[in-house]
Amino acid sequence: MSDTGIRVSGKRLTNTIRGVARHRVAAAIATLVLLPWVAPYEALSVNILLFGLYAVGFNLVFGYTGMLSFGHAAFFGVGAYACGIAIATFDVNWLLAILLGIIVAGFVAMIIGALAIRTRGIYFAMVTLALAQCVYYILYQWSRLTGGEDGLRGVSVKAANIFGLKLNLLNPMTKYYVMLIFVALALWVFSRILESPFGAVLESIRENENRARACGYDTLRTKWLAFVLSGMFCGLAGALYAIHLSIVPIETAHYIMSGQAVMMSLLGGMGTFFGPFIGAAAFLLLEDVLTLWTEYWQFFVGALFVFFVLFFPRGIWGSLLYWVGR
Amino acid sequence: MSGDPILGETVLSAHGVGMKFDGFRALANVTLDICKGDLTAIIGPNGAGKSTFFNILSGAFPPSEGRIAFEGCDITGRRQHEFARMGIAKSFQITNVFPQLTAAENVRIAVQAMKIRYDIWTPRRRLTEFAAKAAELLNLVGLHRHRERHAENLAHGEQRALEIAMALASDPRLLLLDEPTAGMSPEETMTMIGLITKLAEDRTVVLVEHKMKLVMGISDRIIVLHHGELLADGAPDDIRANDEVRRVYLGQGG
Repeated sequence: MSDTGIRVSGKRLTNTIRGVARHRVAAAIATLVLLPWVAPYEALSVNILLFGLYAVGFNLVFGYTGMLSFGHAAFFGVGAYACGIAIATFDVNWLLAILLGIIVAGFVAMIIGALAIRTRGIYFAMVTLALAQCVYYILYQWSRLTGGEDGLRGVSVKAANIFGLKLNLLNPMTKYYVMLIFVALALWVFSRILESPFGAVLESIRENENRARACGYDTLRTKWLAFVLSGMFCGLAGALYAIHLSIVPIETAHYIMSGQAVMMSLLGGMGTFFGPFIGAAAFLLLEDVLTLWTEYWQFFVGALFVFFVLFFPRGIWGSLLYWVGR
Repeated sequence: MSGDPILGETVLSAHGVGMKFDGFRALANVTLDICKGDLTAIIGPNGAGKSTFFNILSGAFPPSEGRIAFEGCDITGRRQHEFARMGIAKSFQITNVFPQLTAAENVRIAVQAMKIRYDIWTPRRRLTEFAAKAAELLNLVGLHRHRERHAENLAHGEQRALEIAMALASDPRLLLLDEPTAGMSPEETMTMIGLITKLAEDRTVVLVEHKMKLVMGISDRIIVLHHGELLADGAPDDIRANDEVRRVYLGQGG
């Protein structure tokens, strides 16, 4: 009796996972709409939302194209600073400021990508890391514009006006749902990219770059374009993060941020649509729980990371997908 | 220039092609024309320079000396994807597919490469003509019933056939095959030889092969390389009767 019970619920779970994977954008948005109601406290849900988007953007390069970048903090940071400076210093409309964050991050990704794309594997990781550090030091040193070590202050957007609808961004719930609109749009665009012929080329490069070239694809240009698109998604995440915090800490561009993107993708499942969000949620939850217990929380996160790389290289969501045989 | 000029239009020509790797001479002064509609086999013992020559013809790297022309147009030094787009398709010596994608998707990606490369918006499933052409090609190489399987789960011979389907995706005007039967069982080899013969009926095919016996029955023309140089060039019967070729092959135990 109990045996059939387990089997039935197992089958239901299998079908649920399959259904979620098939209607990924709708399922992602539905989950994120519900998130603030299930998350233990609301600050966590905004962080999952924004870091999730950051990891999704990173995953375009890492999981789908197969390039391990260690410099994505640059795009997150530049997106945050560009948006933040536009609002705090030049009093630009916040929607335009977000757009600016995306564009400037994309522009920086064009430059870093053009320099790094010819290298492969560990060299690619090193070159992106080094160039992202250059960006970090520029942001750090140019303190008249960026606030330097103290971070950029005064990125305040108190009220939003979306098509005549007045929204009070000081209310955390309202702020969350306003951010969610942008993340939902980004996820929809991201899904379109994955579904497009270009998305197929990215996967083919991850699988076998040499063969993709022999098919007639200019793999350097394709990888470069993927890198720029990825940078733009991370730039959007950074821009929203600046508005969320109303300041831009210098840590947004720090290389630890780059490492977090790798960790979140691997924990959740690289090359899967949901993986980065689940990875972000797991990482942030873990960080919060562990910091209550010990100041050496990073040790435990690191140990878990090693455990995942060794035994669950597909990550949480990736393993579930594999388990249901999709 | 070399060998007897065989009737027909030249598709690809190599002029004085040579290759040096760090001072080691892999290929020296090879001049020949590949004629339209022919099945040309390039053979030679190990280290004869076959693979080097194949890689130069297919655009994997440029020669250190000499020129390559395709349909009368100098293409020396062009990049790999440009060769592919011009109509020179190749299969690899080592199986080279997209392992974690389905057989159908492998071919579909190859078909798509000729038309769409940077479209980030149109959903794939709406581009039905690519899928249709991929299905047709899978049928041609006898893989239709395996279309939904991941390439990594196909048998060795099937993976090689898949690769040929991918090479055909561009409707190539020249098909280059590098040891297509390498590592195959005798049955798989027979199937592959049958497929190559069928493909060569209305295509120009260049086949690099280690085993001389295999190509004797199916080739229109055979080119023998030895120590990076052109040793012989002619119809299979001439090659079989050529003393030098015999000496080289017997001397190598091939």
